[in-house]
Amino acid sequence: MCVVCGCGEPGQSAVAPARAHAAALEAPVHSHAGLDYGAGPARVSVPGMSPQRVIKLEADVLGENNCVAQHNRRHFESHGVTALNLLSSPGSGKTSLLCATIAALRKRAPAMEVAVIEGDQQTSFDADRIRATGAQAIQVNTGKGCHLDALMVRDAFARLALHTGSHSHHHSHHHSHERDHAHARSLLFIENVGNLVCPAMWDLGEAAKVVILSVTEGEDKPLKYADMFAAAKVMVLSKIDLLPHLHFDVGRCVAYARRVNPHIEVLQLSASTGQGMKEWLAWVLHGTQQAGIASHDGARACRP
Amino acid sequence: MHEMSLAGSILQLVEDAAARESFRHVAALRIEAGRLAGVETQALRFALDALAPGTCLEGATIDIAERAAIGRCAACEREVEIEQRALPCPLCGSFQVEATSGTELRVVDMLVEG
Repeated sequence: MCVVCGCGEPGQSAVAPARAHAAALEAPVHSHAGLDYGAGPARVSVPGMSPQRVIKLEADVLGENNCVAQHNRRHFESHGVTALNLLSSPGSGKTSLLCATIAALRKRAPAMEVAVIEGDQQTSFDADRIRATGAQAIQVNTGKGCHLDALMVRDAFARLALHTGSHSHHHSHHHSHERDHAHARSLLFIENVGNLVCPAMWDLGEAAKVVILSVTEGEDKPLKYADMFAAAKVMVLSKIDLLPHLHFDVGRCVAYARRVNPHIEVLQLSASTGQGMKEWLAWVLHGTQQAGIASHDGARACRP
Repeated sequence: MHEMSLAGSILQLVEDAAARESFRHVAALRIEAGRLAGVETQALRFALDALAPGTCLEGATIDIAERAAIGRCAACEREVEIEQRALPCPLCGSFQVEATSGTELRVVDMLVEG
């Protein structure tokens, strides 16, 4: 019996499922009795209406962003750029930490070039503050957007004169990254839009995500915003100079973070008093070298 | 606003496929959202409905299936199904479960015509 339209002699073997599926998609169905226009998905023939077919895509929705991110990642690596993605709620102290970091780096690693990509919905306040410290900054305004994406970072980075390196750079950014360029190392801080939710899932091509949690925020944040803390390599507890005035349980906060991400590193500091800055700088300068860069499958072409 | 961005990516994927496979219209679209993908399926559906008019997605039946997430418990070394992050391992009770799948948002396939 023909599975699709039920016609045929009893005892005949049924049409194989794959063929029946294909038959259902194409109108009309050819059976021994003639053409069956009633067996197609529309149950009728409509002149001009073409047959349907299934297209298997199996495509990751964030695939395009991740593809650009992977290109960013390779570009950074081959040019000696350590890119760090700073994430937090609004007001946790990302910009203050960056300003203090830039000042401290000037003393500790004066040859290290530092640049910042600033993400905010509006204004250039943060980029202005960074530039006041003497480092390069470029402001990306996302408008209604709630996170930076890989394309924004790619375009912003192209506008920074970071890779002056040990030889001149007249070639375009589409050159092969296989050759060792022997670049001087430089630091790129990406200060993401203040948001503990969305930026967790948008790969920018960074070496590591750094989540900053201030002690005025409540120690249960790692459980409430689990995706973010799972994605981060390190949690920086900021504003620790305020601890005497708060009921913040540092131990519990760290335990919560480790529940969500057993491998997360934890640093505690105060950008205003300088406490903990030495350890933070050590991590910035060396910590990401231990952080393995997960390699994605093959370099496919992203849209230009 | 976040699901709007994802809906835009999905539409882009579909339009690229339309150019590549030469079809004009999508009759049905199947999407799979891992439980840990951070996607609110209702919001995604709303965003896709908002974007569809005037595109090859207009009038398409959109099916968004939720897929369970799998995690590996470092303590008892077994694979478990996980509903959300930071829950204890259902088998041994430890808090060392790490997600190994269920974090993706995928377009699986689509029924096209034209």
